[in-house]
Amino acid sequence: MKAILHDLRVSFLATLVLALVCCGLYPLVVFGAAQLLFPAKANGSLITDAAGVTRGSALLGQLFTGDKYFNSRPSAAGNGYDGTSSGGSNLGPTSQKLADSIKDRIADYRKRNGLKDTDAVPADAVTASGSGLDPHISPANAAWQIARVAKARNLKEEQVREMVRQYTDAPNLGFLGDPGVNVLRLNLALDQVK
Amino acid sequence: MRNIDWLQLTAFVGILLLLTKPMGLYLGQVLDAKGKTWLDWLIRPGERLTYRVLGINPAEEQNWQRYTLAMLWFSLVGMIFSYVILRVQQWLPLNPQKFGALTPHLAFNTAASFTTNTNWQSYGGESTMSYLSQMVALTIHNFTSAAVGIALAAALVRGIARHTAKTIGNFWVDLVRVTYYLLLPLCFIYALVLVSQGMIQNFQPNATAKLTETYTVQVAKVDDKGQPVTTNVPVMIQVPKLDDQKQAVLSNGAPVLVDAPKLDEKGQPVMTNITVMVDQTITEQSIPEGPMASQVAIKMLGTNGGGYTNANAAHPFENPTPLANFLQMLSIFAIPTGLTYYLGRMTKNQGHGWAVWGAMFALFLVAALVCWWAEAAGNPIHQKMGIAVADGNFEGKEVRFGIFNSALFATVTTDASCGAVNSMHDSFTGLGGLIPMLNIQLGELVFGGVGAGLYGMLVFVILAVFIAGLMVGRTPEYLGKKIGAYEVKACLLSMLVLALSILGFTAWAAVTDWGKAGLNNSGPHGLSEILYAFTSCTGNNGSAFAGLTANEPWYNTTLGLATLIGRFLMIVPIMALAGSLAGKKISPQSVGTFPVSGPTFTILLIGTVLLVGALTYLPALALGPVVEHFLTAQGKLF
Repeated sequence: MKAILHDLRVSFLATLVLALVCCGLYPLVVFGAAQLLFPAKANGSLITDAAGVTRGSALLGQLFTGDKYFNSRPSAAGNGYDGTSSGGSNLGPTSQKLADSIKDRIADYRKRNGLKDTDAVPADAVTASGSGLDPHISPANAAWQIARVAKARNLKEEQVREMVRQYTDAPNLGFLGDPGVNVLRLNLALDQVK
Repeated sequence: MRNIDWLQLTAFVGILLLLTKPMGLYLGQVLDAKGKTWLDWLIRPGERLTYRVLGINPAEEQNWQRYTLAMLWFSLVGMIFSYVILRVQQWLPLNPQKFGALTPHLAFNTAASFTTNTNWQSYGGESTMSYLSQMVALTIHNFTSAAVGIALAAALVRGIARHTAKTIGNFWVDLVRVTYYLLLPLCFIYALVLVSQGMIQNFQPNATAKLTETYTVQVAKVDDKGQPVTTNVPVMIQVPKLDDQKQAVLSNGAPVLVDAPKLDEKGQPVMTNITVMVDQTITEQSIPEGPMASQVAIKMLGTNGGGYTNANAAHPFENPTPLANFLQMLSIFAIPTGLTYYLGRMTKNQGHGWAVWGAMFALFLVAALVCWWAEAAGNPIHQKMGIAVADGNFEGKEVRFGIFNSALFATVTTDASCGAVNSMHDSFTGLGGLIPMLNIQLGELVFGGVGAGLYGMLVFVILAVFIAGLMVGRTPEYLGKKIGAYEVKACLLSMLVLALSILGFTAWAAVTDWGKAGLNNSGPHGLSEILYAFTSCTGNNGSAFAGLTANEPWYNTTLGLATLIGRFLMIVPIMALAGSLAGKKISPQSVGTFPVSGPTFTILLIGTVLLVGALTYLPALALGPVVEHFLTAQGKLF
């Protein structure tokens, strides 16, 4: 009994001390150092326009469906790209619902971007991401959309292609991960083109 | 399976191998109560002060019963601590989004799950947890459950290494030293590296962005009191279309169906209430903020895996770049791989440490290759519709990670008891999703959770030695100690508890209404969702086939119980094993001694793991992911 009381007392004190150190001191020190060293990143890599209005985060995707813009991936986060309810569709490989969605999206994608029925559609264009906030589309997906965006904006395809290249994030260190085109940054830049 | 992906795999394996020895040596310093580390000048005073506050004598060691009891009391107190915070978070500070209290069953599930290093989440972090709950109620367990795991592994290794000893270390000293010397310094540096990649670390309320392109969605109409507005409409059913002669109209031999109101016995239309939907224009995006990096660093390094956001490591804030992703995968394995070296050093048999490492590595590599291959091969159903075959199965995956890094992450996170996910396992192909599940069912001993992986593997080591002894007809010996009925019973008990919890709860949920109500998928994939949930919780992993809606009383309670069973009912027999081994005499080596180093032993160990795992779980897996694989090939949908 004495041993139990001793253990309980130490358990209680240990929880308090460790809470103080690991949950008070530690996050605050990280907070201080992060705000000092990487303030923009620690606060969400926010993009602000000339008027000082926050337009998004360089890391989070937004929904774009119009012809003028490069279209983002389908999203299962809330009603689409909802920053407060990230997540995927969680539909499995034999899901009828998923198969139906993909079928519709493929037909839509082909029609809007002028693909033939025999042209394969880039997978990322017709599938939802894991987070529902994927900031990127694949370079192949972007390439199919160049002609449509250029036409809608009366720009030369070559100019749009160059901008896509500019806003493509390359693999880290040259070999880690896959390249992706940052849709929000690209579209905001397109709106700046006179 | 592209060349550049092979390069990534090689880099991952290479760095993992290079990390093993330095981490093992440092663990040796940390797990020795009198050990010296290069951080003594900074941390030693704090460590001494902590012992004084706790009122313990660091030089005093405990026998296995006292050690285990201290651990159990500490876990219980910590669990109640978190439960209380989660229940009253609305009255506590650092809650800029004004989130309310968690329901009792969700608070129980969350407290149990974080105490046991599971970090199963029935909730979405960014829409449920105040900053204080994230920082204190959850993060404290990220540290302590990891430290407890490492302490227990060290206690078992001490039991193996010592002879004719009564004690296996001091729980409080192990807890404090692991937290102060190992976890905190590593996490501090690691968190800053993650911020440099774009992870957030602040205390602001969510930011709001003005959308470039607004869009319209349908939402439920609510009245002044915030209640959904409903309207009364007739229930519609499909009936065969009749022609003038009351004959059914046929089309290709089948009756044509038309909509008609459903009528009751009196011929009156049956009515029902439906929610009125209205259009809402979305003009803004809410951007989550908060102290994420400090929590994510320990979540990965301590193989906890509980996401700050619902999407976990798939969220662009929680895993901003492929480099961050690469480091996150490495950090899961960093401490477990070092523990194998620590085992070799403590038992003065480095060959044994490497033999265990080799078995873990082989199991890792094969699983990673199968998962990668299955996801790269993609889904034939979707490919027939026109998705590019070379892109693989992309549903639930992020562009920046691609197929390879998603498959590797899924393998690593379930080899260890981490459970963070950078892609949605629920949307993996049949075989791709089988790998994470099987990894957990084998006991997460492929490097494994911090500490838990090593003690899980050592149970199999003893079993392998026992089987080898039976095969050659000698008394089984492990590092000079005779393995008797008591040790083998303890090992088997810890294995049976896991199987019973996983298969028992799954069977129960699969035949009850509450079990089926939460499903997001039908057919064999539905069974997989249930099986994965109880596998993940019992194995203290925490990843999910996340389509399952688990935030309701039955699932929260049963899954919470599964985490407790999987952690504590496994640990107690293992500590008994440690105590028993510590007290044994070491008999001199002879030509007949079965060596526990070298390839023969490694292969025997792998065989034991696979045999036990396969025999126990293959029937259940055959009904879920395996049959799903064949149905996908046939194009069957549910």
